[in-house]
Amino acid sequence: MTTAPEVGRDRRRKEDARLITGRTNWTDNIQLPGMLYVAFLRSPMAHARIRNVDVSGVLGQDGVVAAYTGADLAAEQGSLPCAWPVTEDIVIPDHPPMAVDEVRYVGEAVACVVATDRYVAADMLELIEIDYEPLPPVLDMEAALAEGASLVHSDKGTNASFTWPFSAGDVDAAFGDDAVVVSRRYVQQRLIPAAMEPRSVVVAPEGDGYTMWSATQIPHVLRLMLAMVTGIAEHQLRVVAPDVGGGFGSKLQVTAEEVITLLLAKRLRKPVKWTEGRTEGIQTTHHGRDQIQKVALAADRDGRFRGLKIELLADMGAYLMLVTPGVPLLGAFMFPAIYKFDAYSFTCTGVFTTKMPTDAYRGAGRPEATYAIERLVDEMAVELRMDPMELRRRNWIKHEEFPYTTIATLTYDTGNYEAATEKALQLFGYDKLRAEQADRRERGDAVQLGIGISTFTEMCGLAPSRILGQLAYGAGGWESASVRMLPTGKVEVVTGSSAHGQGHETAWSQIAADQLGVPFEDVTVLHGDTRVSPKGMDTYGSRSLAVGGTALVQACDRVVDKAKRIAAHMLEASEEDIEFEGGTFRVRGTPEPATTIQEVALATFAAHDLPEGVEASLDSDATFDPENFSYPHGTHLCAAEVDTETGMVKLRSYVAVDDVGVVINPLIVEGQVHGGLAQGIAQALYEEAVYDSEGNLLTSTLADYLIPSAADLPEFVTDRTETPSTTNPLGVKGVGEAGTIASTPAVVNAVVDAIRQFGVNDVPMPCSPEHVWRAIQEAGGEPATTLGRGPGR
Amino acid sequence: MSDVRVALRVNGRAVEATVPARLGLADFLRDRLGLTGTHLGCEHGVCGACTVLLDGIAVRACLMFAAQAEGGDLWTIEGLHADGRIADLQEAMARHHGLQCGFCTPGFLVTAAELLAEGGRPSEQEVREALSGNVCRCTGYQGIVSAVLETARHRADRGDGPRDGEGAGRSLPAG
Repeated sequence: MTTAPEVGRDRRRKEDARLITGRTNWTDNIQLPGMLYVAFLRSPMAHARIRNVDVSGVLGQDGVVAAYTGADLAAEQGSLPCAWPVTEDIVIPDHPPMAVDEVRYVGEAVACVVATDRYVAADMLELIEIDYEPLPPVLDMEAALAEGASLVHSDKGTNASFTWPFSAGDVDAAFGDDAVVVSRRYVQQRLIPAAMEPRSVVVAPEGDGYTMWSATQIPHVLRLMLAMVTGIAEHQLRVVAPDVGGGFGSKLQVTAEEVITLLLAKRLRKPVKWTEGRTEGIQTTHHGRDQIQKVALAADRDGRFRGLKIELLADMGAYLMLVTPGVPLLGAFMFPAIYKFDAYSFTCTGVFTTKMPTDAYRGAGRPEATYAIERLVDEMAVELRMDPMELRRRNWIKHEEFPYTTIATLTYDTGNYEAATEKALQLFGYDKLRAEQADRRERGDAVQLGIGISTFTEMCGLAPSRILGQLAYGAGGWESASVRMLPTGKVEVVTGSSAHGQGHETAWSQIAADQLGVPFEDVTVLHGDTRVSPKGMDTYGSRSLAVGGTALVQACDRVVDKAKRIAAHMLEASEEDIEFEGGTFRVRGTPEPATTIQEVALATFAAHDLPEGVEASLDSDATFDPENFSYPHGTHLCAAEVDTETGMVKLRSYVAVDDVGVVINPLIVEGQVHGGLAQGIAQALYEEAVYDSEGNLLTSTLADYLIPSAADLPEFVTDRTETPSTTNPLGVKGVGEAGTIASTPAVVNAVVDAIRQFGVNDVPMPCSPEHVWRAIQEAGGEPATTLGRGPGR
Repeated sequence: MSDVRVALRVNGRAVEATVPARLGLADFLRDRLGLTGTHLGCEHGVCGACTVLLDGIAVRACLMFAAQAEGGDLWTIEGLHADGRIADLQEAMARHHGLQCGFCTPGFLVTAAELLAEGGRPSEQEVREALSGNVCRCTGYQGIVSAVLETARHRADRGDGPRDGEGAGRSLPAG
């Protein structure tokens, strides 16, 4: 049977049937006999010593089963893990799941109540007596590093967690007297990932072990970490990620609530459930971004880039969580982006504050880096009075120069920035929009037009284990897959990658269908359960397809190799003469005799007549560890209208041309780009987590934290170019984060470009009406007649 | 804690129950009736994941008590699906990839069902405005908007008018 290849088809998703009918299996749907509910009492103070906690008023109340303080569980709760100690002298404070003697951010858990009813558990929190001794909050990173600053962890003697330096080339020479230098200070505001499904966890004692269902991206990593934190043996823990409603990094975590719920199920020998409320989630699910970036770009007068200097302060929050300190380091390699430099220096200091810890959020380090370099390039274009696209062209790696090792030591295997840019410019109508911009400026329209460019790349397919080891990460970056050939020729694919909206069940079916020559419908994809898919590194960093998809290809290859031996025996030919195509084994050069992979599967199951020394199974496993990252890239162009009287920004058009390598399912890829764009635009225009001067999180509802709605976003124009990755046999690069990484600077570049003639050269994110209006007012409020009439003019 | 008796129709069937006066409508649907297709995304009326149709009007099940649905005719995603009346919309959502994690999806389908029941040919901007009370974090909305626009167009081409007993809510005074 030969059919058209599955790879490259707009297959509708297998996942959708259950999702559009409401027949899903979210963690919070789970009801078990005798199930108990836990609610957490959380700190209302940013920083305080706990003088006393008294839960005695709760005990004995109707429906109450137990109540515990952090001190009650101190001996068994362990410390929440940080798996990425980025330097040898990194300061990693203890992080008890429930605070024992000090609270360090608003929302930190201090006690819990277990009851037979969720409402009762929540009610009882009011009856807990707690006496706090206020300590000074630490909220500003720069002030936190000053002499005599109040300390988040007084026993550590410093608010600095680590300083991580990198340097290549002669930076002083690059920034010499003859260089044109543009220096800026950018702030990556704190963001709240806000997956739509709140976190939820259910733990049930089963036999001598425990099953945990959790809304997590990382069931495998979570099981290992729970074993290490609680001392419960790994083989007695099963972790299931059922349907998971989005993550964006926020569910790449080992949380206090998971640990405590497990310990409660262990103590009480009953199933226990916890589901967060949205305000609770906004306060205590890890945050993203939050960096101060001091950046400088040096170039020759003719626009050739010479050097780049980056100094970061990265807000860790109160503790280091799973990969908190590693996030800014992922950015360290990406500041040079697609450009060639003689020299580069980078340093990042991680700073403790009395805020919710930060950790991975879609892009994780790479959006911050891309923002800084793409903003800087635009500013340099103004300085040099060049068109910003022309400046990029002069400095990017040309397509014939690949593979190219950047100043940050990454080797980009393939790419074609010229092709993606050409396509984007055509779709966008760049020249026409520039002409309209000039007209509006000439007329002095209240609504001005700005054009923003982002020519980005990213490192994806996390990650080569060898490199992770060099970066002091606590684990490898491989991924596993298993293929089970059932007697009827149907296929079960087991993947260690755990999807939460990405459509693995569909894309993995397409890959297996092509590799094995079986119908798409005959493949079932199993994932997200450590008992079903025992090995995995899970889903983050745009890794699933490039790493996990490759493992699947290799497992399929092994199935075919095994089947080939048996087919040769069945066809009475030598194995070397057997060829396999479209699910059929044939003797080379002859149409008959032939046998299908389904027939081989049945014959293998029967095992009546297998060749000598061949086992009765076609099932195969593979674990793939990439040699290199993959490097998606693209050119994004944004046209923004800015009302100079109100500061309101309206996106008029947005064009994204992405090169993500070979595409398995164009429908899914486009969806990933769209969703990524929405989140990147949200950082540029709408979202910001705001703490007040006491350390209270002001943006603690979805009414205060502004996630864009359908009415706030434009229709995106997307297209692709395709230069296959050479680091995996599928030629794929990853697409989960591309839109988020590229779009933030494209939008802010457009906003600044629209009001450049007022003398504005930056607008702090988010570019809200207030921020835009203030930027115009602070620059004098009047357009200059000669000053910076726009790049290139 | 006082209990109250509540009687209503859910997905076309009579339901009677004694519930705590403070029991939320979404919890009633999810925990008591097992209708877990109604999702709680924020429990403060912003995200729209819990949207259900009550007497033809899209309402937030997280902002109502079960007792407030007394005497009502309530439809959840399960009932709308079984009934077949949004089959075209569901099909269009899948075809346009209007969902990824799918957590917000039932809320969008219910909100769109209300809009589509009005009939007519809404513009893209009208659809975007009508959906602006629902939050999706995955899709960027484009697939959802396309699915709703296409479904409206197909229905209008077939001459489907507003359905009896549905969609009237949008022209009624709020409350």
